[in-house]
Amino acid sequence: MAIRDKLSGNEAVSIAMKQINPDVVAAYPITPSTEVPQYFSQYAADGLVDTEFVAVESEHSAMSACIGAQAAGGRSMTATSAQGLALMWEMLYIASSYRLPITMATINRALSGPINIHCDHSDSMGARDSGWIQIYSENNQEAYDNFIQAVRIGEHPDVMLPVMDCFDGFITSHKVENILLMEDEEVKKFVGKYNPPYHLMDKANPMSMGPLSLPMYYFESKRQQAEVMKNCIKVIEEVAADFEKVTGRKYGLFEEYKMDDAEVAIVIINSTAGTAKEVVDKLRSQGVKAGLLKIRVYRPFPVEQIVKALSGCKAIAVMDRADSMNGAGGPLFTDVTSAMYGRVEGVKAINYIYGLGGRDVKVDDIEVVYNELLEIVKTGKVKEVFNYLGVREG
Amino acid sequence: MSKVVEVRWHGRGGQGAKTASELLAAAAFNTGKYVQGFPEYGPERMGAPIAAFTRISDEQIRIHSNIYEPNFVVVIDETLLDCVNVTAGLKEDGAIIVNTSKTPDEIKPSLEGYKGKVCTIDARTIAEECIGRNIPNTPMLAAIIKVSGVMSDDEFFNDMEDSLKKKFANKPQVIDGNMKAIKRAVSEVNGI
Amino acid sequence: MNIGKTVATQTWQEMTHGSHVFKAGSAAEFQTGDWRSHKPVWISEKCKQCMLCVLVCPDSSIPVNAEGNIEGFDYDYCKGCLVCKAICPFKAIESEEA
Repeated sequence: MAIRDKLSGNEAVSIAMKQINPDVVAAYPITPSTEVPQYFSQYAADGLVDTEFVAVESEHSAMSACIGAQAAGGRSMTATSAQGLALMWEMLYIASSYRLPITMATINRALSGPINIHCDHSDSMGARDSGWIQIYSENNQEAYDNFIQAVRIGEHPDVMLPVMDCFDGFITSHKVENILLMEDEEVKKFVGKYNPPYHLMDKANPMSMGPLSLPMYYFESKRQQAEVMKNCIKVIEEVAADFEKVTGRKYGLFEEYKMDDAEVAIVIINSTAGTAKEVVDKLRSQGVKAGLLKIRVYRPFPVEQIVKALSGCKAIAVMDRADSMNGAGGPLFTDVTSAMYGRVEGVKAINYIYGLGGRDVKVDDIEVVYNELLEIVKTGKVKEVFNYLGVREG
Repeated sequence: MSKVVEVRWHGRGGQGAKTASELLAAAAFNTGKYVQGFPEYGPERMGAPIAAFTRISDEQIRIHSNIYEPNFVVVIDETLLDCVNVTAGLKEDGAIIVNTSKTPDEIKPSLEGYKGKVCTIDARTIAEECIGRNIPNTPMLAAIIKVSGVMSDDEFFNDMEDSLKKKFANKPQVIDGNMKAIKRAVSEVNGI
Repeated sequence: MNIGKTVATQTWQEMTHGSHVFKAGSAAEFQTGDWRSHKPVWISEKCKQCMLCVLVCPDSSIPVNAEGNIEGFDYDYCKGCLVCKAICPFKAIESEEA
């Protein structure tokens, strides 16, 4: 039986952590992710979990402790944001290359500077090539559901990779909303016991991790890692199907909202997708064939599936809550358009950078984007490929 | 768009506007609604003007922006009327509730010509006399529920009693004081 | 480019997860003896079996036999650092070009 509750995203994820009851949680506080280890450390102190809670002295140490614990055969978890994720950087690559299925709540916040504590995706987008699976969540419900699924995905024998569950700082992390929680027993049963195929504490089968890998081996090692990343799409879909059986909530690689006959669509990540769905409904009521594609699984990037979903559109706008500072569009735009190149013809694509540093995204802002798409369909001309939404222009 | 009741709260850091936004959400949640309760996060300092928001709906709420055209505005500290445009975007068929000992007619000149309903409540006096301290939160919550009609008085009283009993099991005097305050508050809103 | 005797043939499909090494003591398979420019030579008649050289050898390349004595070097792993020669109080270790 689902438990109806009202929780912030951070509360929901800390409850997921409690229900999973991992061996080790090592974390360092940073706004807006602080509440996750804060709530969890209370559960640990109250004896509600068996977890060893490690209050480390930095995020670099948090990730290092998770790597050590996971290498020793434990199930480890953490949470972070922005500069915290940046400080973990080198260890992210260690975790993924060692094939350690650590689960991390990544609460999206702008990377300073200028100093800012609010939401954008520059932190996790920067880590998009670190070899971690990245799953994005629109609201507290998805943050909770994806965190639980992340454990199963990462620990699957065909995957064995770390997973980030990314959701919007403050907007999702701190907003109290309705949520349906799973029973403790259901979560326990769903994630199962972690049975690593190998670990450092197995004295019957001694092993070493982290050997020096010089030019003769490193390339093969990375080639293998890239292949595993590509193949985990199947596992992500299987876990989602199992999750639906238990909860009735359906998850895919992305969510297609009114895409069946859509002529104009936006491609977007996280909480703003919700606001944009309201605009889609409004446009549909006016007879406009508008749709929305919300990315859930960003790493690996489901190339074929996304191209197929967008191939019927006349014009699309890809929305990036992070700028790549390269004059060639944000990371999602680059990924979507390069996926489409050579696979589908005639879909016009524009890019909007939006919401940096917590700039609020209103219904009116999203309407601007759809209006621009409709203008492109009408005139057949793209005025500007690279656009900024809601920034003061001189 | 689905029908959503949107409330914007104005207070000063430390007065509990965030808590009030979440309490209203919680009360509505307990009557089976979908809710959102959230503050506008900023560099919070004690005494600085802050805003918080509550959305209440019969359907799942997908919109994730702040509230720009609220149905209701609640002002927890009347000195904010001098420095914050509290009626910005407030719908004319909505209402504003101000915590003050003044009457609605006395307050109107400070509201930038707002044409909708203006209500006042002396939450400070009610809190001081019933709870023993100036915690205007609870009476203001009662006032917004009365003015907005998101639930009946009885539903609200029962829900509050349940919540307070859970929270203050060891402090029955707190429960009594708060219940007295909200019951008095719903009957002392001026301008309904 | 492959240097020396070691030739990598494994394809990426054959590699272990994360290049993990699934056995203990595998460093023994990596013979470092050919890195030497000089090698130590044991002069048995001068040696008093004091074992100082055994303690200082960074490559554990001075084996001790069942009777508790040394009888020369393990040239498969000795890198020719000659710390043993420097530490020997009895000049029982000399060196020559490898």
